[in-house]
Amino acid sequence: MTRPWLLRDRRGAFGFLILSVFVACAIAAPLVTNGEPTVQRDIVATRFVPPLSRDVNGVFHPIGTDRFGRDVWTRLVYGARVSMGVGVLAVLVAVILGVVVGALAGYWRGPLSVTLLALTDFALALPRVVLLLLLAALWQPSTLLVVAVLGLTGWMGIARLVHGEVRSLAARPFVEGAVAVGARRLRILARHILPNALTPVIVAAALGVGNAIVLEAGLSYLGLGVQAPTPSWGNMITSGSDTLVNAPWVAIAPGVALVLVVVACTLLGDALRDVLDPNVRS
Amino acid sequence: MLARLGHRLLAGFAVVLGVVTLTFLLLHAAPGDPVDILLGPTATAEQLAAQRRALGLDEPLPRQFARWVGRSARGDWGTSIATGQPVAVMLGNAWPATARLVVLSLILSYLIGLAVGALQAARSGSRLDTLLSVASVTLFGIPGYWLGLMLVLVFTYWARLLPAFGIAGLDSDYLQGTSLLVDRLRHLALPLVTLTLIGIGGAARFVRGAMLETLSQPFITTAWAKGLTARRVVGRHALRNALTPVVILLGLSLPALFSGAVFVETVFAWPGVGRVLVEAVKARDYPVVMAATAVSAALVVAGNVLADVLAAWLDPRVRSGEAAQ
Repeated sequence: MTRPWLLRDRRGAFGFLILSVFVACAIAAPLVTNGEPTVQRDIVATRFVPPLSRDVNGVFHPIGTDRFGRDVWTRLVYGARVSMGVGVLAVLVAVILGVVVGALAGYWRGPLSVTLLALTDFALALPRVVLLLLLAALWQPSTLLVVAVLGLTGWMGIARLVHGEVRSLAARPFVEGAVAVGARRLRILARHILPNALTPVIVAAALGVGNAIVLEAGLSYLGLGVQAPTPSWGNMITSGSDTLVNAPWVAIAPGVALVLVVVACTLLGDALRDVLDPNVRS
Repeated sequence: MLARLGHRLLAGFAVVLGVVTLTFLLLHAAPGDPVDILLGPTATAEQLAAQRRALGLDEPLPRQFARWVGRSARGDWGTSIATGQPVAVMLGNAWPATARLVVLSLILSYLIGLAVGALQAARSGSRLDTLLSVASVTLFGIPGYWLGLMLVLVFTYWARLLPAFGIAGLDSDYLQGTSLLVDRLRHLALPLVTLTLIGIGGAARFVRGAMLETLSQPFITTAWAKGLTARRVVGRHALRNALTPVVILLGLSLPALFSGAVFVETVFAWPGVGRVLVEAVKARDYPVVMAATAVSAALVVAGNVLADVLAAWLDPRVRSGEAAQ
């Protein structure tokens, strides 16, 4: 139902197209690449092959090879799986936490609500990057930890949004109607209020995915995120930064991919906000 | 107003205390400690134990925490485990470099962002608006460290125009007057441009939105009806009223800029607080991490309070508490 609207918006169509291409490539990774993102062959003979050329064995490399002779295109596509997967999962964690906290705080007044709101405000005031650095540096860095850390530091904005929506929806006539027919509170919250409160959450999630991908790359850039040899766009930029002079393409390619995906998420979020908001549509 | 400020400061103090407690718990809950890193894998159990006793790390956690709070309340931040320097000296040396970078880029990015956003709103829907929108969304999405690397690639390696690392050249001790200033500015150029470009993206996007909202208000229609020039309507009537949310964002973006600086300082080997923090976290340097976290939490709180005060100063409705409803 929303799709025609979304695609009629140029920003939405562009964002959707870019993300579709990236997701399709990531899913079909073994088909569109050589399928071996971490395999190293004769390093000296195959390293630093420039883009659009063949190595000594006659293998074609669309964006060249890195210092270990690994195909950058293959690593980019497999890195998309990791980076985009981490981004989406982290936002999923943040959305679940944010919706639960926001809905509880918005629907049950009293000490629970006060406590949850105070907790949200406190978490919102935490310096996120410092916290990320701490959490990522202190435990053994791993992909799962990055997801948890990004999710645990990203739910507050969504909790606030949901809290506001739930509070205003709870006073609407259709909710009073549900109360009058004797529906249980949890059922009213889950069936009547939450579905109506999810619009801003979808927008925030679209914007959040881009943000999470950038932060994951930042952590990996500092050596605290996804660990080599598993390719992620962040650690590809790091390894490319060491060889910036003789093989700039190793750092350029993952950065361009990152910017494209983040821009696509932002545009999609902007378009979704305009499309899903009935005030703007009419 | 004063009561409200007092309330905010009190809440801010609680936040800083909370952050410090959380940091302390995280540091000590994580496996490994600074002594392992300091003495290396060849150290014997006796050496490790002796070093831990010397640093007071063998005491119960509540006592260690109480001692840290007591000392830092008296202005004593302790001594770095990794470098042996007093923490206050380390942060004191790093602080001006970060402040220079962050404050300058904050000013530049908001001035440029304001101009770009206002221009876009005035020419809303035009080709120029679309072009600038694409540019600001792109800048908004670029990770700072990658933009920094690309600028290094272009301006240092290819054009050979600007230095890529550090705050001053190797010969800066022998420079004087103008040449010293030029050396400093050349080193400042790339990190400052990186942080500023990213800031412009966010600022322009926000200003455009705030301006469009203001331009749709009835008093703007009145201004047009009075026959005022476009420059007066947009510049005097709309821009001034759109400024309140922008100023609030300015206060709120202070901590975000600081986080941005953490990455940018790492790329450019800029000797600021961000780099001190990253190094300290990697070395489990407890006293430095605690102090740097406390400072950055205080910065977040200060940004929030600053946004509050500025909003009240700009908007009489906020002052009287009307807008709070």
